[in-house]
Amino acid sequence: MDPIQEYILQQTRRQFLGRATRGIGSMALASLLNPALLSAASAATAPDRWNGLFNPTHFQPKAKRIIYLYMSGGPSHLETFDYKPELRRLDGEPMPESFTKGEQIAQLQGAELRCLGSQLEFAKYGKSGQEISSVFPHISSTIADDMCIIRSMQTEQINHDPAHTFMNSGTAISGRPSMGSWLLYGLGSECENLPGFVVLTSQVGRSPQPLSSRQWHSGFLPSKFQGVKFHSSGDPIHYLSSPAGVTMDRQRDVVETVQALNGIHNDSVDDAEIATRISQYEMAFRMQTSVPDLIDIRDEPQHVRDLYGTEGPDGSFAFNCLLARRMAERGVRFIQLYHRDWDHHNDLKNFISEAAGTVDKATAALVTDLKQRGMLDDTLIIWGGEFGRTPMVQGDKGGPGRDHHIKGFSLWMAGGGVKGGITHGATDDLGYNAVENVVTIHDFHATLLHQMGIDHKKLTYRFQGRDFRLTDVSGNVVRDILA
Amino acid sequence: MNSVFRLSRLLTVGAALFAVSIPALAGGTEALPDRIEFNKHIRPVLSNNCFLCHGPDKNKRKAGLRLDIRSEAVSEREGVRAVIPGDSTASELVKRITHADVDERMPPLASERKVTPFQIELLKKWIDQGAKYEPHWAYIKPVVAPMPKVKNESWVRNPVDGYILVNLEAQGLQPSPEADRVTLIRRLSFDLAGLPPTPAEVDGFVNDSAPDAYERVVDRLLASPHFGERMAIYWLDLVRYADTVGYHGDQLRGMSPYRDYVINAFNANMPFDQFTREQLAGDLIEDATLEQKLATGYNRLNMVTREGGAQDKDYLVRYAADRIRTTATVWLGSSLACAQCHDHKFDPFTTRDFYRFGAFFADIEEKGVQTNGTNEEPFPPLINFPTDEETARLARYDEDIKRSKVVLSIEAATRIGNRKGDHDKLARERKVFEENFLSSAITVPAEPRTMRVLPRGNWMDESGEIVTPAIPEFLGGMWMRGDRPTRLDLAAWLTDPDNPLTARVFMNRLWRMYFGTGISRTLDDVGSQGEWPRHPDLLDYLAVDFVDSGWDIKHAVKLLVTSSAYRQTSKPVSSLKELDPFNRLVARQSRFRLDAEVIRDNALKVSGLLVPAIGGRSVRPYQPALYYKELNFPIREYEVDKGENLYRRGVYTHWQRTYLQPSLLAFDAPSREECTAERVVSNTPQQALTLLNDPIYVEASRVFAERILREGGESVAAKIDWAYREAYSRKPLLSEGALLIELYGKHLREFSGDPEAAKAFIDIGENPAPDDMDPVLLASWSSVSRTLFNTHEMIYRY
Repeated sequence: MDPIQEYILQQTRRQFLGRATRGIGSMALASLLNPALLSAASAATAPDRWNGLFNPTHFQPKAKRIIYLYMSGGPSHLETFDYKPELRRLDGEPMPESFTKGEQIAQLQGAELRCLGSQLEFAKYGKSGQEISSVFPHISSTIADDMCIIRSMQTEQINHDPAHTFMNSGTAISGRPSMGSWLLYGLGSECENLPGFVVLTSQVGRSPQPLSSRQWHSGFLPSKFQGVKFHSSGDPIHYLSSPAGVTMDRQRDVVETVQALNGIHNDSVDDAEIATRISQYEMAFRMQTSVPDLIDIRDEPQHVRDLYGTEGPDGSFAFNCLLARRMAERGVRFIQLYHRDWDHHNDLKNFISEAAGTVDKATAALVTDLKQRGMLDDTLIIWGGEFGRTPMVQGDKGGPGRDHHIKGFSLWMAGGGVKGGITHGATDDLGYNAVENVVTIHDFHATLLHQMGIDHKKLTYRFQGRDFRLTDVSGNVVRDILA
Repeated sequence: MNSVFRLSRLLTVGAALFAVSIPALAGGTEALPDRIEFNKHIRPVLSNNCFLCHGPDKNKRKAGLRLDIRSEAVSEREGVRAVIPGDSTASELVKRITHADVDERMPPLASERKVTPFQIELLKKWIDQGAKYEPHWAYIKPVVAPMPKVKNESWVRNPVDGYILVNLEAQGLQPSPEADRVTLIRRLSFDLAGLPPTPAEVDGFVNDSAPDAYERVVDRLLASPHFGERMAIYWLDLVRYADTVGYHGDQLRGMSPYRDYVINAFNANMPFDQFTREQLAGDLIEDATLEQKLATGYNRLNMVTREGGAQDKDYLVRYAADRIRTTATVWLGSSLACAQCHDHKFDPFTTRDFYRFGAFFADIEEKGVQTNGTNEEPFPPLINFPTDEETARLARYDEDIKRSKVVLSIEAATRIGNRKGDHDKLARERKVFEENFLSSAITVPAEPRTMRVLPRGNWMDESGEIVTPAIPEFLGGMWMRGDRPTRLDLAAWLTDPDNPLTARVFMNRLWRMYFGTGISRTLDDVGSQGEWPRHPDLLDYLAVDFVDSGWDIKHAVKLLVTSSAYRQTSKPVSSLKELDPFNRLVARQSRFRLDAEVIRDNALKVSGLLVPAIGGRSVRPYQPALYYKELNFPIREYEVDKGENLYRRGVYTHWQRTYLQPSLLAFDAPSREECTAERVVSNTPQQALTLLNDPIYVEASRVFAERILREGGESVAAKIDWAYREAYSRKPLLSEGALLIELYGKHLREFSGDPEAAKAFIDIGENPAPDDMDPVLLASWSSVSRTLFNTHEMIYRY
């Protein structure tokens, strides 16, 4: 006997007699049985979406989204964007003590400190004449005039782990929200079918520095603001695929039945959280299709794939850049791409060429592609690491390298209402201290938030009796770089 | 009328007029109380708006004015008095907060702070009533207020109810009716054991007409070994227990015996003062037992590093600050952490207090940066913690080695035979065997390091005063035992009956476990910025009772869960939903989502997969491959456990701080890098994906389906009924049954036509599907049970 018929016979004949039980969706069936469910279901279709703390924002936003190309490990400013002829002149000479006395030092503690001139050549590029080293042929030849290079960054943390934490959350203490979480909290998400804060990672070369998920954690903010890491193999998001043997149709049957049961349950408990649960299941189910669609780049024309230099999900930085553009198009708010290959304590010339070689073409492609699509204006691109490198030499395995350095380093931005073709700030003659227009991490954060329309002093969350901010108790918007 | 226009005009007319117009603007939303109480009404306003510049921090104080102390607030400086008791109009404070000129008005525009019109009226009335100050409530020793008189005396089962009911009656409210028995036993089981009741337990209680039926359920659950596990989940959040170090390479560290110590302590109902003493200072107790030494793992739970280039001194300072933050939050509910770089802005903690508190821990043997050996080396000092079996085996090794030594000495004497190789091999084996013992980081006391006040928290600055251990000055002097107070003294002070904070903080958190929200909502801060407790007399009663009971935790739990307040239904009547949406009045029970670990435990228990063993090595459940890809030093692959360890309770999950097990993370379990006094609760699509697709939930559904087929009776309807009783302790409604039948029927037809899919589906998980079951049937029932495992009801406590 058909099990449904059997059940009906056993239970009651009242409602079911003569009713065709096939070809009717569970939702509709449940609605018939229980009119109250209709209201629960319609409540659920009004998406349970966080539209941000500030709606409208404090200022007219210049950028709607951020793509942050995070060069993990600490790229040397002296081999990339900060040319120091004087340092080259002093190559091999003792580092003047006036620079280093009483300063914090990482691996070079106790060592004899000598100058190391830039290992690479610099030239001027673009109409603006941006000074860039030879490791970035694509970047320098195609997007120099879009870039705003900041040469006066300073951070407070000299070891990788706390330095990442400081760069991402404005403090070295764990448990605080990362900047993407703050942004989602302040602005909400623009997309229904994807998370608003996505993290992608790539790596090449030698054993790279570890990277903690703390860097995209929501800390004391609700965990819906947490960054969602996309994986380059297996499920792109944890538990995205239905179990083996369960087709999308069967998955839909289960989800719809869950929704209907939740609706019925709501009658007896009257719990507003159930409507949210229902909408989260809907979004989860939609993500099961939208995420595979997102990472399937077969719909990208060949010239676009060539531009980035990727043919598909290969875990490369290039693929991640293309994915970032596709996410930007779909409304993802904050996209962070970590590339873990920039910790060059020795053999700097080789290793930095390798690292730069992996990101150069795709970075230029991303900016160019966004520009061609008219999206660069409201997409802020950031390129940079957690700190810079010492003007002093370190290591000899395979050639000289540089140690961690926090008192002056470079970072660049493009699009999103930031002036292109400029440099801002400067380090001293040896590239040690940022001396002109110093930009602290708090200033940097304040500027990002400002471009997204948020007054960084107003973006607060009370925890342990204190109103916390991404910018802690300082931070000034770097107005000079704003278009 | 155009109120915006009116407001702006009034602002230009002047402060006096502005002030006069306020009751109209306030719109009667909140009536001014007759009697203004400083702690309840005034301190929150002053603390939040004024103390930043006119509070305890002497370095940031503006105009020399201090408003947190009455004598300072009322005194005259440069011809002006901020507060003139009895005369609000003449008081400078009122003039300034109502000043027409924005440049003169307080708080300054740039501070992003604002005193509301209602708060201005409060301040004025308070000054007119004499501007009386009270010490902050949490810093005064709690005393029991007279038991309040209530009308509905029959509702009062114990003092908890009296204190709740008096507030309800004052508001003209009635408590909600008692929940039905099924809801009650489910509530108790989840709250006390973190597990659902079995159908037999439910039936037993529902059919038990004895007057003490409820109390016997409570007693049974309090005596259950799972009580300790449930309590431990929370305690481990507070003390930030994890299996890895947190910084950089996030390497393993032996810690799980400490976790078991916590579970055992709760199960044995160890008094909280002893629990405190053993964790903070077990190593200093005379003739300390192994358990007491394990307890001191508490002092070693902070994040540590072995990152190259990190400096010892730098990190020792970080660890010290970490311990101060944690200890102050766990026991005192205080944000002493804020005083690391400057005096506290809201509470009277000084920077000196911060470092003196830290000095209690200056005798802990540790390194700032671990540089020994390889990345796999442990972080000493450690204590080995062999199982009984391992101890016996080790003894056998020692016997063998002794014998072997005798043989060697005979050989040496007689110059006959050469068994030295055998002996060395044996010795090596013993060493390897011992190295694999479970170990736990412990506290070993050493010569105290010099502790200084660090100006602005800067570890490179050695100009600060050298300090010795002491408790925060305003909380009273520390009596001295010997020259230098120890961690034992600290523990004694924390649990001294005169300590105003510890018992309140603990009971407030216990209340949160059983009622959903703290009596003061801020579980991590009962200081000036913390929330005024909604039922202060109740909190004080609970605190005093807890101390008087000899810090008896099970007694305290029982007091709460046997109250009438606890037994109310959680379903709000519609008026309550509007009047008290967050259920602060407790005119009903609260409903809340189960904790991450308990969501897992519940599914495993219902399915029959749960392995309920207590304690042991941390376990490694299923986890997506390559989840640790971003880790290094060493590079590691996650090795999924085999067999029983796959089905242990969530509390035993290997806790990797930088990459927490994804299912736990999805349901808001914290990374435990820092003290967590309250988990955030979110409702996200990741949670749906986890319950739908994480192999453990798919496997649990299938194993549950096996039981449905085997034990659920003959008919489809009987099976559905059976499944409902197992999963939700109730019968399905007709409509619910119909939905599941329809799903079952559809999938039965589909899997019949696609048996390969059925086989693939039931093959998920390490536990094999039985050979004697039709894969198609099993798969179809798995769809049903999977549905049951995904409902809101499955992960909620009502």
